[in-house]
Amino acid sequence: MTKPLMFADVLTADLERRADAIIARYPQKRSAILPLFHLVQNACNYIPEDGMRFIAKKLGLNMNDVYETLTFYSMLFTEPIGTYHIQLCRTISCYLCGTSQLREHLEKRLGIKPGQKTPDGRFRLTEVECIGACAGAPAMQINFDFYEHLTPDKVDAILDTLP
Amino acid sequence: MQTKLLTKRFDTPDSQSIRSYLADGGYAGLKKALTTMQPAEVIEEVKKSALRGRGGAGFPTGMKWGFVPVNSPKPKYVVCNADESEPGTCKDRELMQKDPHQLIEGLLIAAYALLSRQVFIYIRGEYWYLIDILERAIAEAREHGFVGERICGTDFTCEIVVHPGAGAYICGEETALLNSLEGYRGHPRIKPPFPAVAGLYGCPTVVNNVETFCAVPHIIVNGGDWYRALGTEKSGGTKIFSVSGHVNRPGNYEVRLGYPLKQLIEEEAGGVRGGRKLKAVIPGGSSVPIMTAEEVEQATLDYEGMMKAGSMLGSGGVIVMDDTTDIFMTTYNLIHFYNHESCGWCTPCREGTDWLLKLFKKIAHGDGTTADLETIKRLCPNIEGRSHCPLGDAAVWPITSAMKKFPEDFLKHVKPVAAPVAA
Repeated sequence: MTKPLMFADVLTADLERRADAIIARYPQKRSAILPLFHLVQNACNYIPEDGMRFIAKKLGLNMNDVYETLTFYSMLFTEPIGTYHIQLCRTISCYLCGTSQLREHLEKRLGIKPGQKTPDGRFRLTEVECIGACAGAPAMQINFDFYEHLTPDKVDAILDTLP
Repeated sequence: MQTKLLTKRFDTPDSQSIRSYLADGGYAGLKKALTTMQPAEVIEEVKKSALRGRGGAGFPTGMKWGFVPVNSPKPKYVVCNADESEPGTCKDRELMQKDPHQLIEGLLIAAYALLSRQVFIYIRGEYWYLIDILERAIAEAREHGFVGERICGTDFTCEIVVHPGAGAYICGEETALLNSLEGYRGHPRIKPPFPAVAGLYGCPTVVNNVETFCAVPHIIVNGGDWYRALGTEKSGGTKIFSVSGHVNRPGNYEVRLGYPLKQLIEEEAGGVRGGRKLKAVIPGGSSVPIMTAEEVEQATLDYEGMMKAGSMLGSGGVIVMDDTTDIFMTTYNLIHFYNHESCGWCTPCREGTDWLLKLFKKIAHGDGTTADLETIKRLCPNIEGRSHCPLGDAAVWPITSAMKKFPEDFLKHVKPVAAPVAA
């Protein structure tokens, strides 16, 4: 597995311009914290400490403020997520339509439990609460993409075609 | 039968584009409001329409707008709650995906009515792909002079910013959303003060659901009375219901308020799948009391009708369960959800949902007794009504209603043990 990226590795003039453009949208700078978390996470696959420091500096906050806010939100990670983050919805509509079967199937196929990552860092499996795909239950997201009306076979087909 | 108003363009090719929206008469409501109506008249029209908040609480929208102190020297904000995360609800996602300009027009009309120059769309982070769609639509609207400076050649100026959340159900609660939008943890605030007076950055703010804003252009174009007449006297207009679970055709269906729930399930959603019998329905997103098949028979989909039928209209997430469903297990599923999503601020909700989850887990593993059921019943009123925000209530209602209406599903999981004698 490759060494996790630090924010310094991805910080370019363009990225910094994008950060500044985000901050400029808000009457108060601190409002930009969630979009900046996403910016850093999408660039690094997680939010490394130097990424938090970058955000703190940009927004005039201390590291406590940044860390405190970050840890409230379930989509934000302080360790590398993995190439493909499989987020299987477990809540009521998906539950009624067979998400438990999908979970067992994914556990077997990937050899990991929810909350874990494959040793090569390719897949992370997370059981998430309602993702707003209830009419397409059972559903999952891989990174930001939605997959709906799933069956174990469909899940296999989807994973097989991932680059 | 569906009555398509907000969803009528869903099947139009290229429905996302401003070209298609304008071809279907789009932005006529905004032009009408800006050029022929005073802001107060817009609010009056919305009051007349009997439009009620579509996010779940059902508060009259016009009244909410009327609470904003127009003479306040502070900036005023309009915030769109696109943090759709009430289990069973997936209508806002389709509204934003298929007709983003309808939402943008509604937001601009609201901003005009409330003398606001800044709109935020707070969208749940999971809906990342919709951010592109919304931002593209906002850019198109800007090119056509509907967003930015001097909109439609008038003095009205307004900006719209799309703001991503990052995974927290609680941020759908309006004050938690505002804290999150200000860059803090999404803890709800104590009300009052209500956001209309002291909301975003302490300034007057109106927060409404996506579907609520989407109804506004139709109200302005056709008149409040016209919109109201689509529904019932107290529940004006149409509403989109997301039907999910054990039905043949799950999906979003728009019907007049007052429409029979049974008909929605049987006709629009194609009935219970596999020809099975209906056992239960959670009609308004997971936070509302569960209904028995019998209660479903006569229920009408309006705010008053659903109260009468023993539940609530909520967000319109209709979760259908057939006769194979174990109501203890579905309730266990939901308490897991509320425990996970409790923000941790108030003790009754944080600790209470923890204890409830532990008891459900124990019972699910076959180690439960009737005494545990009694403990659950005792715990619930210690959470309900005792937290800052309605999450505590939302966690409890599915449990108390399920235990009352489907006691046999709970009793079959536990061994009989005499309840401890109260001291």
